Amino acid sequence: MKSNKNHSRRNFIIGGLAAGGSVVAGQALSAGDAAIIDKQPWSNELGDGVDVRPYGFPSKFVSNVKRRNVEWLTASTESSVNFTPIHELEGIITPNGLCFERHHAGIAEIDPTQYRFMINGLVEKELVFTLDDLKRFPRENKIYFLECAANGGMEWKGAQLNGCQFTHGMIHNVMYTGIPLKLILQEAGLKGNAKWILAEGADASAMTRSIPIEKVLQDCLVAFAMNGEALRPEQGYPVRLVVPGWEGNMWVKWLRRIEVGDQPWQHREETSKYTDLMQNGKARNFSWEMDAKSVITNPSPQAPLNHARGHTVISGIAWSGRGKVREVHVSLDGGKNWRKARIDGPSLDRSVHRFYYDFDWTGEELLIQSRAIDSIGYVQPTKDALRKVRGSNSIYHNNGIQTWHIRKNGEVENVEVS
Amino acid sequence: MLKCLNAIIISSGLFFAAWSDAASSEKFGLGRLATQQEIKAWNIDIRPDGSGLPKGSGSVVTGEEIYLEQCASCHGEFGEAVGRWPALSGGEDTLKDDDPVKTVGSYWPYLSTVWDYVNRAMPFGNAQSLSVNDVYAVTAYILNLNDLVDDDFVLSRSNFKDIAMPNKGGFYNDDRKDTEIWSAREVCMSDCKKHVEITARARVLDVTPEQEAKRSGREQPTNKSKAETSQEASLAGENVKLLLRGEKVFNKCKSCHALGESAKHKIGPHLNGIFGKAAGQQTGFKRYSKSILLAGENGLIWDNRNLTEFLISPKKKVRGTKMVFVGLKKPEDIEAVIYYIRSADKE
Ligand code: HEC
Ligand code: HEC
Repeated sequence: MKSNKNHSRRNFIIGGLAAGGSVVAGQALSAGDAAIIDKQPWSNELGDGVDVRPYGFPSKFVSNVKRRNVEWLTASTESSVNFTPIHELEGIITPNGLCFERHHAGIAEIDPTQYRFMINGLVEKELVFTLDDLKRFPRENKIYFLECAANGGMEWKGAQLNGCQFTHGMIHNVMYTGIPLKLILQEAGLKGNAKWILAEGADASAMTRSIPIEKVLQDCLVAFAMNGEALRPEQGYPVRLVVPGWEGNMWVKWLRRIEVGDQPWQHREETSKYTDLMQNGKARNFSWEMDAKSVITNPSPQAPLNHARGHTVISGIAWSGRGKVREVHVSLDGGKNWRKARIDGPSLDRSVHRFYYDFDWTGEELLIQSRAIDSIGYVQPTKDALRKVRGSNSIYHNNGIQTWHIRKNGEVENVEVS
Repeated sequence: MLKCLNAIIISSGLFFAAWSDAASSEKFGLGRLATQQEIKAWNIDIRPDGSGLPKGSGSVVTGEEIYLEQCASCHGEFGEAVGRWPALSGGEDTLKDDDPVKTVGSYWPYLSTVWDYVNRAMPFGNAQSLSVNDVYAVTAYILNLNDLVDDDFVLSRSNFKDIAMPNKGGFYNDDRKDTEIWSAREVCMSDCKKHVEITARARVLDVTPEQEAKRSGREQPTNKSKAETSQEASLAGENVKLLLRGEKVFNKCKSCHALGESAKHKIGPHLNGIFGKAAGQQTGFKRYSKSILLAGENGLIWDNRNLTEFLISPKKKVRGTKMVFVGLKKPEDIEAVIYYIRSADKE
């Protein structure tokens, strides 16, 4: 026990000296660290009592951890997007207040007593439900990622934004509580020619998307809770659609209606938007599944390395719309050589996975990358490989490998490599 | 004994009837039948085959009037777009270019999508306010802006399907599984390439939102909405209820007007300090109509009465104003929004 303690203390001092004589370590040798020696106010005075924070919020020291938008992107914040600060998060679950927002007509604030959910079209009985009615169906709890198809869309033409919040932050991963849409459709009774559904929102954009019936019957949920509490207004309170593994735009928020039909509706969000324009001027449509993808969140441009050489932790997230993530590889030399990263925490179907790669940094410049391989064996491509197939005008579904350039001083920049 | 058993079976049968396993049965008996009127109210979607289209018609000429009044402030007089709002015309033959321009004319495969979208979502901030004939007319006008129909064209349900959109054949279903990316399953772990060079840097472009995005920039928590902040000030005599209502009403103005400390001009001028000021006097706003500038010169002051009249009907109060807004109907809403606008000046 004693020797153990000495050992770690020795390491601490040596480590401190090696790191260029950190001030704290130097002081510790002589007088000691003021953070320890001096009495801190929080160790002396009473703090807030219970109920001062009836709905708790994060420490005031992490107030920089928040969603951010890119102002020049859109004309108005009511039809815009902001980004999850993934460089500040740990584990796999995104806290509700940090889940990125994408609205087309601002946040609809729906009075739950005035909320109605309708099923119409090719069903035996066209039905209306209240929120309480919906909650009487059998429920499921499922953790799924939601990624906007345009995540990384600004990077198609080259490295543009300095921070994974902006390059990869249109993603979140929460536990949904909801009802299998299949059960609600069974209640209405599907007719034989039911092939597609149209999901519609109650906001002022009346968002609509067509979804094939096979997907709907397989795993779509009508969700009313996220991470244990009611959906946040920004995420569709009181009810949103969950379409596991498929592009976020289809997860219609403020869901008010499902129409059953025999062909797709070809609405604005599946023609003008969410179609992938190729180099030959033709566009791919109905590209719903999200491809396997990963990104190193620490270090990254907004979260530089704050120490000198020595033991270093690389941390990141990986996900796939087609299953679990089987492996993540990390490169320190821009893709010449790769090592297997360690996946830690739950590995769930179509959920974010957390990976780590620990190594001894020599203090030299690095070009760090990560590469995901999912459970069906799909390998995350390089950006160049993607552009070879897609050109650079397709906006959506950019799952290319991200490179961060780490300088000797620990600063990090978004770059692309040959 | 037998009797006794029977009794047990019967009573437990009753017991189970009240507890039957829901998951195994198909139906739960939840919800109620929708009425025809309810379905009609929400079932507004249109499909390429024309199903869902209501009866009606509208001409390019009427469409132009509606468009100039209700759409041009964002989409531009000719559909060319103002600022970063979306363009609705142009872009022919650009889909193979480095900077393709995707508009109704150059990209949209179906006309039904235009009708459906305008009907459900436009004008922005005042959705589902156009009549059926108005939607036909504006749709006809958007076609005209894209040189797809003549000036004397009238669009109706009967000729709707005759219109062929130029890029109709421009789409194909997801073929990712046929690409080399899909089949590239081999994984190289070492000596995967000889040289690595940096070919692009984000810093060159430098369009990342400001440095406060970096970890070092610590800020004080500011999670409170304006009304919430003022709720704390309510002891100091603020009318919180009115303020909250005003904040809500102001949502209708927000796509065009900003308010508060960091407010900038948008489609309309920011409204800081507007109360008590002459019309058309917000510094730095360059897009005032001649009419509102003239009204200001002739002594129109934004006091309670003038603002109220303007907000009931902008066009009646100031003929020729560029403010495209149907007007507020409820007197309480007007009172609240004026109170809200004024509260910004007290901060
Ligand atoms: C206050 C600004 C504003 C006004 C006024 C306005 N729009 Fe829009 N319009 C928008 C915005 C913003 C979008 C994109 C919304 C989104 O995707 O979130 C849009 C999108 C559109 C689109 C789809 C464009 C595309 O390429 O996908 C059409 C068509 C359209 N508007 C037509 C109209 C018509 C017709 C009117 C008038 C009746 C109108 N708009 C009035 C702001 C406006
Ligand atoms: C579709 C955009 C739009 C909407 C919505 C809108 N406005 Fe305006 N507003 C304008 C424009 C543009 C002007 C400038 C008018 C002109 O130049 O004729 C204006 C002018 C004004 C002015 C006069 C400003 C001055 O400097 O004289 C006031 C006050 C005003 N708006 C208040 C409101 C309020 C309150 C609402 C919401 C209830 C609202 N507006 C909604 C676009 C809009």
